[in-house]
Amino acid sequence: MAIEINGIPAGTEPRPGQCLRTFLREQGNLGVKKGCDGGDCGACTVHVDGTPVHSCIYPAVRAEGHAVTTIEGLASTAGADLHPVQQQFMERQGFQCGFCTAGMVMTAATFDDDQKENLPRNLKGNLCRCTGYRAISDAVCGHAGHPAPQGPGSGIAGEGQPDPVPGQLGDDVPAPASRAVVTGTARYTLDVPADQLQGLLHLKLLRSPHAHARVLSINTDAAMKVPGVVAVFTHQDVPEQLFSTAQHELFTDDPDDTRVLDDVVRFRGQRVAAVVAETVAAAEAGVRALAVDYKELPAVFTPQDALVPGAPLVHGDKDGTSARISRPDRNVVAELHSELGSVAEGFAQADFIHERTYQTQRVQHVALETHAAIASVDSEGRLQVRTSSQVPFLVRRTLCRVFGLPEEQVHVVAGRVGGGFGGKQEVLTEDIVALAALKLGRPVQLELTRTEQFTATTTRHPFTIKLRAGTSNDGRLTALELDVLTNTGAYGNHGPGVMFHGCGESLSVYKCANKKVDAHAMYTNTVPAGAFRGYGLSQMIFAIESAMDELAAGIGMDPFEFRRRNMVREGDLMLSTQPEPEEDVHYGSYGLDQCLSLVRDALARGRERYRAAGLDELGPEWLTGEGTALSMIDTVPPRGHFAHSRLRLLPDGTYQADVGTAEFGNGTTTVHAQLAATALSTEAAKVVVRQSDTDLIEHDTGAFGSAGTVVAGKATLAAAEELAVRIRAFAAGIRQTQASACVLDGDSVVIDGTPVALTELAKAAAEAGVELAAEGRWGGTPRSVAFNVHGFRVAVNRGTGELKILQSVQAADAGVVVNPRQCRGQIEGGIAQAIGAALYEEVVIDDAGRVTTDILRQYHIPTFADVPRSEVYFADTNDTMGPLGAKSMSESPFNPVAPALANAIRNATGVRFASLPIARDKIYLGLKEAGLVPNLQRSGLS
Amino acid sequence: MDMNTIESVVPTTDPGQWRDGDAWLAGGTVLFSYGSFAFGPQPLKRLLDLGSAGWTPVTVTDAGIELAATCTVAELYKLPGLPAAVDRSWPGLDLVRPCCDSFVASFKVWNMSTVGGNLCTSLPAGPIISLCAGLDGTATILGPGGSTRSVPVTEFVTGDATNCLAPGELLRSIHLPASALASRVAFRRLSLSNLGRSGVLLIGRLDGGTSFVLIVTAATKRPVQLRFDALPDTDALARALDEAVPTDLYHNDIHGLPAWRRDMTYRLAEEIRAELAAPEGAPGLRSSGDFWPPSGRGLHAQTLNARQEGA
Repeated sequence: MAIEINGIPAGTEPRPGQCLRTFLREQGNLGVKKGCDGGDCGACTVHVDGTPVHSCIYPAVRAEGHAVTTIEGLASTAGADLHPVQQQFMERQGFQCGFCTAGMVMTAATFDDDQKENLPRNLKGNLCRCTGYRAISDAVCGHAGHPAPQGPGSGIAGEGQPDPVPGQLGDDVPAPASRAVVTGTARYTLDVPADQLQGLLHLKLLRSPHAHARVLSINTDAAMKVPGVVAVFTHQDVPEQLFSTAQHELFTDDPDDTRVLDDVVRFRGQRVAAVVAETVAAAEAGVRALAVDYKELPAVFTPQDALVPGAPLVHGDKDGTSARISRPDRNVVAELHSELGSVAEGFAQADFIHERTYQTQRVQHVALETHAAIASVDSEGRLQVRTSSQVPFLVRRTLCRVFGLPEEQVHVVAGRVGGGFGGKQEVLTEDIVALAALKLGRPVQLELTRTEQFTATTTRHPFTIKLRAGTSNDGRLTALELDVLTNTGAYGNHGPGVMFHGCGESLSVYKCANKKVDAHAMYTNTVPAGAFRGYGLSQMIFAIESAMDELAAGIGMDPFEFRRRNMVREGDLMLSTQPEPEEDVHYGSYGLDQCLSLVRDALARGRERYRAAGLDELGPEWLTGEGTALSMIDTVPPRGHFAHSRLRLLPDGTYQADVGTAEFGNGTTTVHAQLAATALSTEAAKVVVRQSDTDLIEHDTGAFGSAGTVVAGKATLAAAEELAVRIRAFAAGIRQTQASACVLDGDSVVIDGTPVALTELAKAAAEAGVELAAEGRWGGTPRSVAFNVHGFRVAVNRGTGELKILQSVQAADAGVVVNPRQCRGQIEGGIAQAIGAALYEEVVIDDAGRVTTDILRQYHIPTFADVPRSEVYFADTNDTMGPLGAKSMSESPFNPVAPALANAIRNATGVRFASLPIARDKIYLGLKEAGLVPNLQRSGLS
Repeated sequence: MDMNTIESVVPTTDPGQWRDGDAWLAGGTVLFSYGSFAFGPQPLKRLLDLGSAGWTPVTVTDAGIELAATCTVAELYKLPGLPAAVDRSWPGLDLVRPCCDSFVASFKVWNMSTVGGNLCTSLPAGPIISLCAGLDGTATILGPGGSTRSVPVTEFVTGDATNCLAPGELLRSIHLPASALASRVAFRRLSLSNLGRSGVLLIGRLDGGTSFVLIVTAATKRPVQLRFDALPDTDALARALDEAVPTDLYHNDIHGLPAWRRDMTYRLAEEIRAELAAPEGAPGLRSSGDFWPPSGRGLHAQTLNARQEGA
């Protein structure tokens, strides 16, 4: 009995152990996504005879004789062009990267009104890493309440800001890919129809079972005999060239310590060999058949141990100078030592000193789409790579460097990317598939499993921060001293950058004459740490903002007031570890004071709301408190961030914009279209953006460091402005008038008061052999600063450690907000991800260096039930450097959340939690230690 | 995920057919979640498919309730509303839905996952283990050659992901006796996250209005049952817990530190004791955690939201 898929019987039968998910994808239903492959995330949700199931844990053989509906077939079950839920997800923009959307839609499409009333329960099996669920809730329930694009705190139409224009600056333009996302037709990395990949091979990796070992030999005989295995690659088959998986404009920013395949393995999970086969099953069998002889080496697992003289050396074989490693003989990949003023004098002036060691944990990005890439060699011998990347142009550079290829011989494309969060600012798959494709001449695909994501990609850097800070009784910060130890794991990749950036804006946001920093980024034999939203700032800000509250408490001052007295004001020098400020960082605008006030006022209103509703008394076991934290971020990463955009007028009178930025839910595609539309006096829907393809434009450093709007957007704006000039000049030329008499207006140019259609102009230009096109470039400098302030009101149960978030408020200084709804979504998503890092998430590594939290059931990311609805407000500012007054707002909303929560818990309980995550069990045990847990014997009745 | 080492799927309920490399396939939600190496370094090769066993999922009689191992969690969730159950005055049925809701897994997974699958996976947080242990369930196990044996659910699970099944043995059903179903019950649960995996799950029962049974699950590596002829006082209950649960029996994993699980066990046990000591429906009782009382909504999602200015 055939499996019926969307009304059509499948032509083949599933394999015995196949799950329904892969069967459906093999039948061409590429809208069915793999988020976890373990039943946890719901991205693969389909209906079997109308009942929603997770197809990744559904035995495909069980579907025989049944009718399966996937996202592709949902609309027709409703007899419409779109199912009402799809329509609502589109209208409410209930997605960002969209990788979870098909599963969300398929789940919500089965809900009755009762189920919609209890989304925490009914959507807890659908994980979204981008949105923070507010937009999803609105989409599922079809709520009205579209945030109005105008009004105080909306980020547009403030006193210093322009009014929104439909389809242009300040409008809530929907993402161009909306329809594709809600119908499951958006093409992510591996959503390539089979007929476009004839002869596709699959690659699987043998990974090290040891934390540190030398590979003595690899016997591939048995593996090569496995039917379907085509090739095995080991360290003997790869280039000698060392590189870094980290990707930056300058590769010299990162240490060269990695080989495609190495004969020394430095963490459990490192690649040892690659098996390429006709099927995934054969590749897996080939991996199992490899026989490797290892010589185990001593290993070191903590940065503290790694720093001890005589510790096992992770990269003791490297030359520090050529590999750009600070001290390979001491496991130090980078270090920073600085003192501004004299902290000794500063502490001598202090009336109160706070001293504490703060710790942040390993956190995984958990982008819903795992790392994946396909490489092939085309008929002209050119390497083609399709990858899940934030940085396709840098991937090309790295591949060229590693394999000794000229740039024109390599073409890298990113399709729609299913979430990044910094995790895809790395080369973790592309090099090995490129190697295989170059050697075999056939297309080769590698898709990481969710477990590989946890055990063998990258994490946020764990920081141990010994902090000492002093204040005078009148609330003047007198000294700030930090001893920072970061754990970069077995490979240095982003270690130096994260350490330096972490010690930047976190410190420079405070005026303090005496600042001292000693920081070390350490190698250990553990899974590497890499780029993660915030890039070191979230860790440092957790410590420093916690400390600011302690200082305020120590002198009995309102923490808001304490921050006001010490934070930088417009014009103040922003100093962290250098005596002079960064020469290209300026106050393009300043809204920190507004952000603080917005949060303080919102918290006050929240208190009143609870009081008025009679909900402020939760019972004797609940302690309530409020906490706030602030953060600053440079709007662009340092040392060069380049973008190039190309715009042209098409014959049909619309515009085409070619840009570098990848779309992974960051929403920059919408922003590019809006910026171009504003300059061209049209609407975003008339600007078709093509992107993240190294053949389209010259270069784009990539979508990291929150650069999508303020760097690439600036290039697009410049191109659009130039194109507007050219169109007007051309129009003036053919009508023999002044360019100043020609005004772009939607689909036409008004020439001396008479509209002429753009189609007509395009035709005339074509006939005249003139291309109405323009280019724009931006080099990422000078840079401005953006701010975020977060406030929480929480209730803590001193009998159980339960934590309730009663109110969550964030105020952001994003300059002029190009797309308020989308920017709000970025902030809500950042808050949710940060709540995960603050309360739940931890990649745990055992004594042998093994990651034990290797599936989503062991690594809890926030579900619908965990995330409060946050209030989001924007400062009324207009940046002089960003495009049309805009600033970056993608990483930074994450940064103040954890310390704001810790401060609220401290305010409620009096107990300072200095290690993340602040899980309920730890809260309880902390309160118990502080003697705050009520006596059990008398606790039967409350 | 694909179980690429599986060579065949064999429809059978005969333990005699079982051989090394086989796994019983009920709903598949655990097997396909962990994959070919679900049971260790040796790959699974065949799935013995119970999909066509045809066992009646739920059978209600005067003697109690028989749950087939293949009864899905979705079917179990409907049990309290079945005509055959509604007509009986079995307060113990109040436990069914809170236990189902204690799954960290989505309701969608319940459409496939089974009562037997949860028991046989034998995780400390397995909520069907809590339910069945809480209602004095007895497991019927089929062995090769038509042999059958019965084991109390509290003894079925022997530790973290271990149970009393010999290789090839098949869990056939769980019997929940009418005597336990007829008792007043209480339920408490705590998790480190909202609606997350259980860190502590306790069930209490007042049999015949006098004798007290307490079942500790999730907090401990295996279910622990405490029986009292009469409701103990607070101290006696605490002493009994001291004795019944040695420190190293508290489970230690990412879902809760043992010290927290231990203290929460005492706390929730006391809440349950107090609830059952008070008249039914007495006000003012403390109820930590979620899902209880069974008619109530979870305590979460109480954030009082602002309507934003300008919205």
